[in-house]
Parts: sequence; C-alpha cells; structure tokens
Amino acid sequence: MKVSTTDLRDKAHWVWRESLAIHRRAPETRIASSLSCIEIFVALYYGGVLRFDSVQPLAEHRDRCVISKGHGSICMYPILADLGYFSLDELQRVCKAGGFLGGIPDPVIPGYETVNGSLGHGLGVGTGMALGLKTKGSDRSVFVVCGDGELHEGANWEAIMFASQHKLDNLHLIVDDNRISMLGYTDDIVSHGSLSARLSAFGWDCLEVDGHEIEDVQAALLKMKAKKAGKPKALIARTLKGHGVPGLENAPLSHIMNPKPELIDSLLEQSL
Amino acid sequence: MSIKPLAMRDVLLDRIWRAMEEDKKIFFVSADFGSPVLDKIRADFPERFVNVGIAEQNLINVSAGLALEGYTVFAYAIAPFITMRCYEQIRVSLALLSEVRPMNVNLIGVGAGFSYVVSGPTHQCYEDITLMRALPNFRVLSPSDHVTAGAFFDRCVSTKGPKYLRLDAQVLPVLYDTNAPELDVGFHIHQGGEKICLVATGYMMHTALKVAESLAAMGYLVGVIDLFDISNFDAEQLQAVLSAYVGIVTLEEGFRGRGGVDAMLFEFIARRSLSARMLNIGVEGAYRFELGSREELHEQVGIGPEFVLNSVTTFIQSFPN
Repeated sequence: MKVSTTDLRDKAHWVWRESLAIHRRAPETRIASSLSCIEIFVALYYGGVLRFDSVQPLAEHRDRCVISKGHGSICMYPILADLGYFSLDELQRVCKAGGFLGGIPDPVIPGYETVNGSLGHGLGVGTGMALGLKTKGSDRSVFVVCGDGELHEGANWEAIMFASQHKLDNLHLIVDDNRISMLGYTDDIVSHGSLSARLSAFGWDCLEVDGHEIEDVQAALLKMKAKKAGKPKALIARTLKGHGVPGLENAPLSHIMNPKPELIDSLLEQSL
Repeated sequence: MSIKPLAMRDVLLDRIWRAMEEDKKIFFVSADFGSPVLDKIRADFPERFVNVGIAEQNLINVSAGLALEGYTVFAYAIAPFITMRCYEQIRVSLALLSEVRPMNVNLIGVGAGFSYVVSGPTHQCYEDITLMRALPNFRVLSPSDHVTAGAFFDRCVSTKGPKYLRLDAQVLPVLYDTNAPELDVGFHIHQGGEKICLVATGYMMHTALKVAESLAAMGYLVGVIDLFDISNFDAEQLQAVLSAYVGIVTLEEGFRGRGGVDAMLFEFIARRSLSARMLNIGVEGAYRFELGSREELHEQVGIGPEFVLNSVTTFIQSFPN
C-alpha cells in the first residue's frame, strides 16, 4: 500500500482530532502521552511498514506490533477502528459499560497483542516472539512501541541484552522519547542521557528521528525494517508529550493533566 | 523398592529431552540453571534451548513470547527465583494474558521448601504455594517423588495454560513404585484411616508416612493423602474422602498460616460444610538462618517427624473416643 505524504499527514491529523474527541468524552484516558506517538503509529499502520490483517488480527502472516506503552496509546483506537479491526461506533463507548476500549487498552481489543499498561513488559515478550519467529523460520517482524520513562524498568534491559546476544534483527524497538514520565522530565528523574548511545553500547542499531515529522518517521521505519545485519534495531523518536495542545505540550505534569472541554472544543473547531 | 529413586528434575528433564526430537514445538528456557540431563537438551537441541542468563524477569517474558508463537515452553530456574523475582511478569504475561490468548508455559522451580539445605532463606522456598495459587488460570503441581514429577510431563504438553511445577532438589524415596498416581484426580490416597487424615504435599508426604507408621504402632490408624495438584484436584472426590474424618492434618514445607495448603483446605472444608477440625503443620514464625540437616531444620521450625508426631498425637487425643 503506497500512501502519499499528504495522505499520511491528513491521517495523523484526523487521529489527533479523534484522540482529543475521545478524551473529551472519556477524561479518564491519558491524552498527553497518546498525542506524542500519533505519527509513529500512523507511519507503522498506514505507511507500508507493518503487515497486518484487521479481519484476522492474530493471523500468522502479520507482523507483530506490541504496544507496551498501553495507556499512552489511546490514539490507536481511531486507527484500529479506521482499519476495520472494530466498528467506528466503539469510539463512542470508550471507558463506558458494555464497551471494550478501556482507559488502558487490554488484549481483548482486536489489534492488541499483549497485556500493556503495566510498564516494561512489552519488549521482553516481543523479544520472545522475535526468537520464536526466527526459530520457526518466519520472515515476520516484531515492533515494540514503548516510552522513554518506561525504560526505567529494569526488565527492559534484560531483554535489550538478550536481543543483541541472539542477533534478533527481526526485532524493532520504537521509543516515544517524549522525555516526560508522570512526575516530570525524565532527565530530572533518572536521565537516560543519549538513548541511542546506550542502546548502541548494548549492541543495537539505532536511528533517531523527529517523531512528529511523519515522512521522516516513515522513512526511518522502512529503512530499519529492511536492514538485516544481525542486530536488533531501535528508533528513537524525539517527540512532545501533549503535542499540539497549548498548556499541555511538554508540560512536566502533562501526564496527569486533562485539558478543559472548552479548550478541546475550540481546538477541534480551529483545526477543521 | 524396585525403582531406584532419582532427582525429580532429572526425570522430568529426561522426559522433555526424549520428546523434543519428535515434538518440534517444545522450547526449553533456562535462567542459567542446569543439571546433567539439561546438558543433553543443550547439546542435542541448541535451536530450541536458550539460556537467558541470570534474568528471571526476562525468562518469563521470553517464555511468554515463545508461547504466543505456538511453542510449548518449559522455563527452568531455582524455585524462589522463578516465582518471586518475576512475580509481576508471571501475573501479567502468563496468568492474565492466558485469559485471552492460548499459551502453554510450564515453570519448573527446583528447590521446594528446605531442599537447598545449607543455602539459607534466599534459596529455600516457603512462600511459593501461597503466591502461585493466588493466580487465576495457573495450575500448581507439587509432586512427592520422581515418578509423579515425570508423569506430569504429558499433562504439561497436553494441557494449555500456565503451570508451576514445584520440584524438590533432593532425591526422595519412591512412593509410586507399582501404582501410578492418578493425575486427573489430583491427589492419591496412600492409606485409609479412622477419624484422622493427614493431607500432605511434596516432601512432607514422606514425613506424613513416617508419622502414620509411628501412630499405627501406637494403635492409631490415620489416613494419608498425597495432594500433588494443589489447584485442580477433583473436589467432589476429595470431599467424599474427607467427610469420613473428624480431624484433618495439613502438612506442607512452607510457612504456616500464610495462605498455603492449610488455608486452601480450611476454605475447602468451610465452603463444603464439612465438620472436621484441623491441625496445620507448616514452618513456624519467620526466616531462619540455622544450619543443620534438613531433618534437624524441620524439627526446629515445627515440621519434623518428631514434632509432627507429638502434635498429631495431642490432636487425636483431643477428640472424644
């Protein structure tokens, strides 16, 4: 599927609007961390990177996309609905009784592979999937999307060491590097310094990109997926938490901030 | 005994090794923990054996990922580490995820109770039954000899879902020489008795049989049951058996009064309105640093044969004739 850059930008904008609209209806959702990774997911799903099957979400021929930063992926709801994993009507029932799209996505949602939200699990499980795929001779890939704050969890680094030891070049880690966790800037909490330098030192191939320039994200993802050099691969996407929302964007406490309904209404009106 | 006693892990690992040639779906993952039999798996099936290193969290996550790709996974480490070091990984990516996605991961924990005698409380394991039985979708298996441990292999392969096998690190006498345990029932009646029944698991089955023998010499015939499937035993059958007794004694090599087999049976008899009173034998108090033989340590913490014999005798005598 070849999608033009303009189409990708339009799609990312639509997802941004839908994500805000979901948050307007369901303020329990984490909006700031769901706005930093929109271009990552749009590039993965619409940019010809991931092979997926919305009719049979767990079909063997899919690439595996593990969304480890669960609560920061509310933007996946409109994407999955748009792609036919479930009805667009479900977006009206986020966090509502009878629906299945919760404040933190669960694997009961078609398109979600694993349990997320409890942080630091996705990369390890994705690493096991990558080893399993290699062992059974499959050419499918594993993509894991996590946050930079999530990389404080030590289990990630067990997986990072393991993946390079076993030359898992079918494994891709995309870090939504928005540099903010719940209580502030990660640099002030436990700084990763340069994540590229750290991951490279652990034997990974690293790329860095402006995570809001969708054509750059798409190009980087396609490039990393094509490269098979016996190393696991990471894309560090420099992003802004709360992207595009005044007052929220890059605010140290944005994780727990809810933009006022009137602000969301005016943003949705202005951005038509 | 015509069968020579063997280490539980060697027998189970041998079954796995023999099956791996035929069954290409079996994957073995170790957290840098070995055994001579494991060397055969490493040598013969290097593409389906992986050592994650001293990294139990990753042991569980990698096992979960492999299971999602269709493999029947055996994950192997020392009992306290494979249960407690990585409990949240077990909860999230095995117990919880298996609710939604079919997966078969079998955790083999070696070193139940005091079986690592001189290694102290880090390597001994008194909490695992409590913790693992707390997880929905998990099956907790606690064999008392190598025959049962080996027999669990077929169940591990044929039954989906996560399981925890709690293995003793020492070679224990054979209990199932001629009579194979009925795995589907989940427990085995070694002897029937009058009034009092001992319900034991793992190593404590051997203590229970010793105590039962001493009691028989004193004129008390007690029942003895080996409870080897702590989560999925046949409840109707167990109720039918236990309803014949006025007193039930639980024996486990784990903390007493902290949610282990004692709590499970308390709940069982209460829920099913059985009238039996209970005596619970388990490790008293807190962590201990004393050195000694396993038997000596058992006497110190209230689970040795002598201590148990005295406790059960008093318990028996507390019932009217």
